[in-house]
Amino acid sequence: MSNPLSRLSTAPPVTLRVLILVVASIALMLIDNRTQQLEKLRTSLHTLVYPVIFLSTIPGDAVNSLTRSMQKHSSLQEENEKLKQENLYYKSRFEKLYALEADIERLKRLLGQSEELAEKILLAELVEVSLEPYTQQIVLNKGTSDDVYIGQPVINGEGVIGQVVHTSHLQSIVTLLTDPDSAVPVMVMRNGLRGIMRGTGVTDKLKLPYLTADADILVGDLLISSGMGGRFPTGYPVATITAIERDPSLEFLNIVATPVARLDHGREVLLIWPGNEQPAETVPEVTEESAPPMAVPLLDGEQQP
Amino acid sequence: MMSVLGSFPLFITVLISLFLTGVSLPEKLVPYWPDWIVLVLIYWGMARPGRVSVFFGWFIGLLVDVMHGSLLGQNALALTLISYIVNILHLRMRMFPLLQQSFFIVMLVALHLGITAWIRGMTGEFVITPLYWMPAFVSGVVWPVLFITLRDVRRSGMKR
Repeated sequence: MSNPLSRLSTAPPVTLRVLILVVASIALMLIDNRTQQLEKLRTSLHTLVYPVIFLSTIPGDAVNSLTRSMQKHSSLQEENEKLKQENLYYKSRFEKLYALEADIERLKRLLGQSEELAEKILLAELVEVSLEPYTQQIVLNKGTSDDVYIGQPVINGEGVIGQVVHTSHLQSIVTLLTDPDSAVPVMVMRNGLRGIMRGTGVTDKLKLPYLTADADILVGDLLISSGMGGRFPTGYPVATITAIERDPSLEFLNIVATPVARLDHGREVLLIWPGNEQPAETVPEVTEESAPPMAVPLLDGEQQP
Repeated sequence: MMSVLGSFPLFITVLISLFLTGVSLPEKLVPYWPDWIVLVLIYWGMARPGRVSVFFGWFIGLLVDVMHGSLLGQNALALTLISYIVNILHLRMRMFPLLQQSFFIVMLVALHLGITAWIRGMTGEFVITPLYWMPAFVSGVVWPVLFITLRDVRRSGMKR
């Protein structure tokens, strides 16, 4: 049995403190779940534990460099040769793209859209840190010091990987497409049918809910980012449809898809800054044209029409 | 002065447990990794209940949340409750034989996992597989070794 004296002296304040801390934790969770207001606190705490995080990346990095250095010289040469050929191929494609991009921009200007295709891109590497078990997230070695922002799209050479959810000075956390909390606006490349791609928590499995039974969608269709919502730029490959289940008793189709990008391969990814850097601001800009002139701040360009 | 010197092993071992929580593992090994943070917090909660308070547990939990990128407050809540249980029962737990302590550890780590899964289930989609509970058992197996190691560390710290 425990000492009654010690219980007498410690029990009441401890219980009170626990109650306060439990309430504080619940408040933090509620705020963190619904808003972005705690990101500052998160960033500063991250800076505080950064030395520990940095140390914990060392074993993983060591294993990686060891496996890399164990690759044979000949296989590296082969790889190099292959990459050179690939590079040449992409360069030739890229030159064509330049012309196309100029064309599209000219056409868009004709249609009165101010959206730019030009994007800033930054290469980031994965950091070998463990996150919460069973989450579909990765850590990158670029943070707010490189202007990484929350909601930023992340891709690799194959397609969309996910988006940034937390940032700190030197690192950022990315939610992969397959995370159950992830949602990416997509469209079917064949016909422009729009939908929202959601993760399932299972590697390599995505779902496309809320498409009705008469939707024109087939197994093998490529889904690309639709640009809706303003976070993801238009046109990046996201997933291919692998199965469509038509259950007559359900209103919506049960559609399963696989990400185009292999999410668990490769150590390098690309961060994109879409051409129009503040996507939220493009919305009022469009409505400004139809708004009464008195509400618009006077700008020379806008007075002319 | 004594308390500053005596706190040195405490902070070092807590930092090491944070380090071990952050180390990246091959996916297959993840379920067999002990819950180092909870183990170390329980040890110090038993050994120095005055120093390792519920607030200490809460703060460490907050740091784990930041490291893991999880919902802020999730591990903080779980570790507060675990620290509280240890704080109430520390006198009794000291009397337990190691095997019985291990059994108790399994339950406390399972509590940590359970609270985490519950919160994750409420805020998003989360499916619990049987392997999810594995760290609790592994932690129970590791406990006797860790207990003896940490006791030696603490005693060497006190002599200095």
